[in-house]
Amino acid sequence: MREFSKVRRLITHFYLWIGIAIIIFPIYFIFSASSHTSAEILSAPMPLNIGPYLLENYKRALFEGTKNLGTPVFIMIKNSFIMAMGISIGKIIISLLAAFAIVFFDFPLRKFCFWSIFITLMLPVEVRIMPTYKVISDLGMLNTYSGLIMPMIVSATAVFLFRQFFLTVPREIVEASQIDGSSPMQFFGRILVPMSRTPIAALFVIQFIYGWNQYLWPLLITTKQEYFTLLIGINRMMTGADVNIEWQIVMATTLLALIPPVIVVVLMQKQFIAGMTETEK
Amino acid sequence: MKKLLLLVLILAMTIGVYAQVSVEFWHAMTGKNGEMVQSVCDKFNASQKDYKVVPVYKGSYSDTMNAGIAAFRAKQAPAIIQVYEVGTATMMAAKGAIKPVYQLMAENNAKFDPKVYIPTITSYYSTSDGKMLSMPFNSSTAVMYYNKDAFHKAGLNPDKPPVTWPEFFDAARKLKASGMEGGFTTNWISWIQLENFSAWHNVPFGTKSNGFDGLDTELVFNSPLHVRHFENLYKLAKEGVFIYGGRENKANPLFISQRVGLHFESIGGYGSMKANCKFNFGVARLPYYPDVPGAPQNSIIGGASLWVFNGKSPAEYKAVTAFFTYISQPEIQAYWHQNTGYLPITNAAYELTKKQGYYKDNPGLEVAIGQLLNKPPTKNSMGIRFGNFNIIREIEDQVWEDILADKISVKDGLDRMVREGNAKLREFERLYK
Amino acid sequence: MAKQYEIKAKWLPYFLVLPQMIIVFIFFFWPSAQAILQSFYLQDPFGGKTIFVGLSNYIALFTNPDSDYLYSFIISIVFALSITLLSMTVSLFLAVQAHKKIHFTTFYKTMLTWPYAVATLVAGVIWLFMFNPNVGVIAWILKHNFGIPWDYLLNFQHAFILLTLAASWKQLAYNFVFFMAGLQSVPETLVEAAIIDGASPIRRFWQIIFGLLAPTTFYLLVMNLVFGFFETFPIVHGITAGGPGKSTSILVYKVWRDGVVNLDLGGSSAQSVILMILVIGLTVLQFRFIERRITY
Repeated sequence: MREFSKVRRLITHFYLWIGIAIIIFPIYFIFSASSHTSAEILSAPMPLNIGPYLLENYKRALFEGTKNLGTPVFIMIKNSFIMAMGISIGKIIISLLAAFAIVFFDFPLRKFCFWSIFITLMLPVEVRIMPTYKVISDLGMLNTYSGLIMPMIVSATAVFLFRQFFLTVPREIVEASQIDGSSPMQFFGRILVPMSRTPIAALFVIQFIYGWNQYLWPLLITTKQEYFTLLIGINRMMTGADVNIEWQIVMATTLLALIPPVIVVVLMQKQFIAGMTETEK
Repeated sequence: MKKLLLLVLILAMTIGVYAQVSVEFWHAMTGKNGEMVQSVCDKFNASQKDYKVVPVYKGSYSDTMNAGIAAFRAKQAPAIIQVYEVGTATMMAAKGAIKPVYQLMAENNAKFDPKVYIPTITSYYSTSDGKMLSMPFNSSTAVMYYNKDAFHKAGLNPDKPPVTWPEFFDAARKLKASGMEGGFTTNWISWIQLENFSAWHNVPFGTKSNGFDGLDTELVFNSPLHVRHFENLYKLAKEGVFIYGGRENKANPLFISQRVGLHFESIGGYGSMKANCKFNFGVARLPYYPDVPGAPQNSIIGGASLWVFNGKSPAEYKAVTAFFTYISQPEIQAYWHQNTGYLPITNAAYELTKKQGYYKDNPGLEVAIGQLLNKPPTKNSMGIRFGNFNIIREIEDQVWEDILADKISVKDGLDRMVREGNAKLREFERLYK
Repeated sequence: MAKQYEIKAKWLPYFLVLPQMIIVFIFFFWPSAQAILQSFYLQDPFGGKTIFVGLSNYIALFTNPDSDYLYSFIISIVFALSITLLSMTVSLFLAVQAHKKIHFTTFYKTMLTWPYAVATLVAGVIWLFMFNPNVGVIAWILKHNFGIPWDYLLNFQHAFILLTLAASWKQLAYNFVFFMAGLQSVPETLVEAAIIDGASPIRRFWQIIFGLLAPTTFYLLVMNLVFGFFETFPIVHGITAGGPGKSTSILVYKVWRDGVVNLDLGGSSAQSVILMILVIGLTVLQFRFIERRITY
């Protein structure tokens, strides 16, 4: 690009650095807070350097910070991980199937299924959290992983995205496979799913983050500590009556809780963006 | 995992090891207080072999109460649940859901004498004829905190904190004049500046003994005295002497970071203050208006009590009874009181702590007890019992902010709080009449 | 091509949609039906006593001058629009910059993408911590270095700005990813053709790229509005709790607060039902729009 001069290039870099600063500064802020004592954090103004308590605070966050919860961090990490994986994998599987049916088949109840699924698209679980709790408890699913996971895979976002992608699959492919004499399921397994690799990857990222970051629902339905997730831990550290909230530990735990989803996003960045490109035509 | 546990259990039973009755205890205590709950339960579990109390931390007070309600509806309720003071009327009205403590104690033939408890504390959780419905657990009351170093700097006597409101406002102005950002702030506007304020001045907050004598109670905290007090607070806010710090206990950092020198907070926050304040501070009684006859009366409590859910087995109730009896002992009470800063619930525990010389190093705690025991409670100072009280407090918070933001005048604001609050009381009455 | 292909099979499609349908029915329709039922009752939170009150839970929302429900509606819409506008503008700008042929684009893209992983709850905590007038560093700097009496606890404008900033910040990475994806699908040849035509970079952007980005922009518009309307709950909960007064009490926060904290199950259910009707309406509209877009 000839007309893209040096000055312009510099300006572009400059803009991007401002963007990064907007995103990084708040994160740096919690990092800084996680390296001080709570008295320092509460003093005004709070110091913005990296304080001397960094290692100590993280050690406490990891090994004892949540002592009063009685749940070691590694159990919470495990639970967050199971929940995030359960939600992403569960949702991808049932959504692939549902989108396959809705896009490629014509059956009498198609419209009905379509609308039943899609009116759930935008409504967050918070809005109907109490009745949902009742349902889960009627089904005896309190304090189970399925109780944690199932209500979270209701939303139709994944069906929606797969549907968008399937609609772009060229007609010839499905016709060819029918001429070959392969059954619908063979078409699904051998052609459609492999073709959908990138949207699946993108959805995996989206759902993993979604699952990892849930907190109101797990908060309500887990009473046994062996089912606590990391975000419950954070929430519970911040809400106590008449107590000295140890902000430095909250901040350290918050940063620790950020690491796994960030790794997922960064590692799968390419597929993530590519997946979006393919579905959003 | 569950199967394994079951197997172990069956094995244990067949071998003939004792079968322990285990009950859950849902609470809202974190940090040091949470550790103390655990510790008290551990002590109880170690003290005998028949019962085991398992404490489960369920989040904030409202999270805990909600989880309890949801669990009760799902028939998964714990045996014991800690409920904050604003939930008292709701729990009390839920007749089928709870088992009153006096009844529990009688059924299990426990040695139980309500008179050993401190009256201002038990009255809060009893019917108007003195039957205790829930077990007082962590009780606190509102006190004034003041920065002794700042007092010194402002030319005020650090050993003579203000006693009356006029003295208080004067001191606050001097603090600001001495270079602080403001003079004072307060937490819990409703609990401290309206509920405790009313009790302390022996004026009603609501009719029917503040709701103790019936559901047809009405709020009356828009009296000339209340208006006068709020006018004063408002005026000082406009002078920049009173700094609003937010709802609930969000104003604490203003005092901790020495931006103001006077603060109102629960005595339950004493430990947190000790941990965070890098200056000398003192605890004093709430101020009062000297021209109000009968003031100061006594302050009322906040905090939470333990409720017992209905529908448990007799063995579980035995366990709960044993636990309640255990935690009422002076030694355990004194241990709890000294480690958490919450008030002792029995006179014996107070006397024991005094004998141990604990108050010499922690005079603040004795100030709070003294304030609570200042005079025998009257119908204006037994406590507060209103349905939907959580909503009413929220309304008060909202309107108070509107007053400070000049959206409504002080008088109209208090009238609006009372009007909206009364509507919520009528809803509650309609439901439970 | 609206109706993709029609593979013939009698029972298979039912088996395929069955899992999703079961989940939707158990965890969406069943609770929603309960919410509708509850909205006609005044109810003891413990489920002990219920009184049928007809439509009065609904009527109270709209006629009681103290309920401020309509205000809540308006503020939610304004809030969602502000977030959408701010966040999408900034992300589009950054995406266009990062799409240019310069060095380190991979680095820039990664740096602007990873915050997608930040939970809304965490975003709330962070911004609260920077701007809280009692402890926040930025609040302190505004006050002492710039003489701005920053106090979102009492000043509605401040509160609204802060919430908008926090929520938009949270949405930046999400929008960035989608715009990035959209830009990558713009055919290079089209851009080059425009260069040969001599179109200026700015005109090129508006006429060609922005036009081709329209589907992405539309999708993001919907998603951001939904985010602003429904998913900002943790931010409001964490930062203002609806204050000062009731001025930032957006609908979702109000539903949660009335139902979960204040235990007004009937009133809260009535609000849920209204929200559901609203959302269903929006979804239908959205599909009409998308369907048309795909059909042409």
